[in-house]
Amino acid sequence: MDIIVCVKHVPDTTEAEVVITEDGKSIKTEDMPFVINEWDEYAVEEAILIKERLGGTVTAVTVGPEEADATLRRCLAKGADRAIRISDEALEGSDGYAIAKALHSLIKDMQFDLILTGAQASDDGYGVVGVALAEMLGIPHAALVKKIELKDGSAVVHRELEGGLEEVLEVKLPALFTIQTGINEPRYVSIMGIRRARAKELKVLGLAELGLGAGEVGVEGSWLRIQRLYTPPPKKQATILQGSPSDVAAQLAEILKSRGLV
Amino acid sequence: MGDIFVLAEHRMGEIRDVTFEMLSKGWELAEEAGGTLTAVLLGHGVDGFAKKLSDYAQRVLVVEDPLLENFNAELYQMVLSHLMREYKPSLTMIGHTGFGVDLAPALAVELGVPLATDCIDLCFRDGSLVVVRQMYGGKVNAEAVLRPSESYIVTVRPASFEAREAGAAGGEIVRVDSPLKGEVDYKRFVRYVEPPKGEVDITAADIIVSVGRGIKDEKNIPIVEELAKALGGVLACSRPIVDKGWLPKDRQVGSSGKTVRPKVYIAVGISGAFQHVVGMKDSELVIAINKDPKAPIFSFADYGIVDDLFKVVPELTKKIQELKAS
Repeated sequence: MDIIVCVKHVPDTTEAEVVITEDGKSIKTEDMPFVINEWDEYAVEEAILIKERLGGTVTAVTVGPEEADATLRRCLAKGADRAIRISDEALEGSDGYAIAKALHSLIKDMQFDLILTGAQASDDGYGVVGVALAEMLGIPHAALVKKIELKDGSAVVHRELEGGLEEVLEVKLPALFTIQTGINEPRYVSIMGIRRARAKELKVLGLAELGLGAGEVGVEGSWLRIQRLYTPPPKKQATILQGSPSDVAAQLAEILKSRGLV
Repeated sequence: MGDIFVLAEHRMGEIRDVTFEMLSKGWELAEEAGGTLTAVLLGHGVDGFAKKLSDYAQRVLVVEDPLLENFNAELYQMVLSHLMREYKPSLTMIGHTGFGVDLAPALAVELGVPLATDCIDLCFRDGSLVVVRQMYGGKVNAEAVLRPSESYIVTVRPASFEAREAGAAGGEIVRVDSPLKGEVDYKRFVRYVEPPKGEVDITAADIIVSVGRGIKDEKNIPIVEELAKALGGVLACSRPIVDKGWLPKDRQVGSSGKTVRPKVYIAVGISGAFQHVVGMKDSELVIAINKDPKAPIFSFADYGIVDDLFKVVPELTKKIQELKAS
């Protein structure tokens, strides 16, 4: 089973305060750690688990600047066999559609049985790349996959719907699945893995090598152009309790008591 | 401006709420721009749905086919692209749901129509479609403009618009022959799997203490559990806690878990991404404890504490125990 897994290097904003830049078009990321997109971490794990079971190869692919190599090296350290980064200044400002086009220009000439991507990225949250890429490649897909059982030439997958309901589908291979978090338990990176990763191939390709025009990607090649970012207006104005942990705890206990909840 | 299409989403014999929310927004847009609002209904044995939708739209396009009984993105895409080529709607609205995300990007690529996903607002401005969507887990809103086009597709986040009451719109029900030639052999619906019934029904609880990513480690969960116990409430959580296997799925609040409306909901170390908030925002009283003052959860809270949960929660547990003992 030859698997391609598409990953993204993103700023880790889960616990950080997000500050919008002066021009209002992006966020300040200078002091922010960058990590592999959470959904992609599960996709990589799933690819490696399948390889460990059935043999074959895992190729990690990303679109991004040099810093994104950190995410590719992480994939290699976990057990991917090789990595490819598509890199070009013209890619700046690409939305999910433009990224899918860049990935398509590479993957269309590759051999594969299965492509896995994260269901969405934690930064822009488009949730477009995987399903758009499948359509461009002319292969079937399933989004939000929480379980994969491989059979001969096909896969039975569980898609996550609302309220915990799952939809079971049988899909012929080659296919593309977008992976939902929680499908597995992503492994930690081992020292041995990091050492082994050094010997593995990490290739960098530009748009010209992929035969893609600059106008196909970036802002020009995208469906969406961001005009401005702003802090979401609050739905409610929360009363923020002030004081030491002990003080605020006492205030809160009184509030609960006054409402008959204690 | 031409038609606005709203794809009716239905599952297991029910029209999903997002359909009516989109029809409300679609109605508003159609009125502003002088277009026609069309509900698009694909399914099998859906006469009842068609009649209901005709109260909300000026036209209901119905494609009946046994192959459309259950959602299959490939078959839906074939029918929708057929309808969109035929009727050339200016805008097609699809729910940003388990169905919509499986369908919309492929449909947009096939038709060469620009798509914006997970929109919380949209309008036409100078002939262009402008949308608002969230980034960075709901910490930032982005206003974006779509590439100029005759036709657009958007997926709409559930609960972004209020569903208006049914007016007797008296929509004309138009039946269109199914363009499907038969089952596709590369993708087949097998069955639905209902979520397992858990040991605790968090939807029945009056008091919920809910824990999120901020708890950092499985071994810290008892800190929050103690608070729940002191209050006589139940322990719930956000998605990452279930993904990591620290609490069972039946404890999960949010779009892929449970929707709760307790008397009080205490969110501990939960940043408040939409997928969580949609499951708890109608709680009577919401209290949020988070160290990030800009965490989105505070804009859904009545009271907030901006501090380290590891300092605040044990204090709060102690105070509650004291109050109960006195």
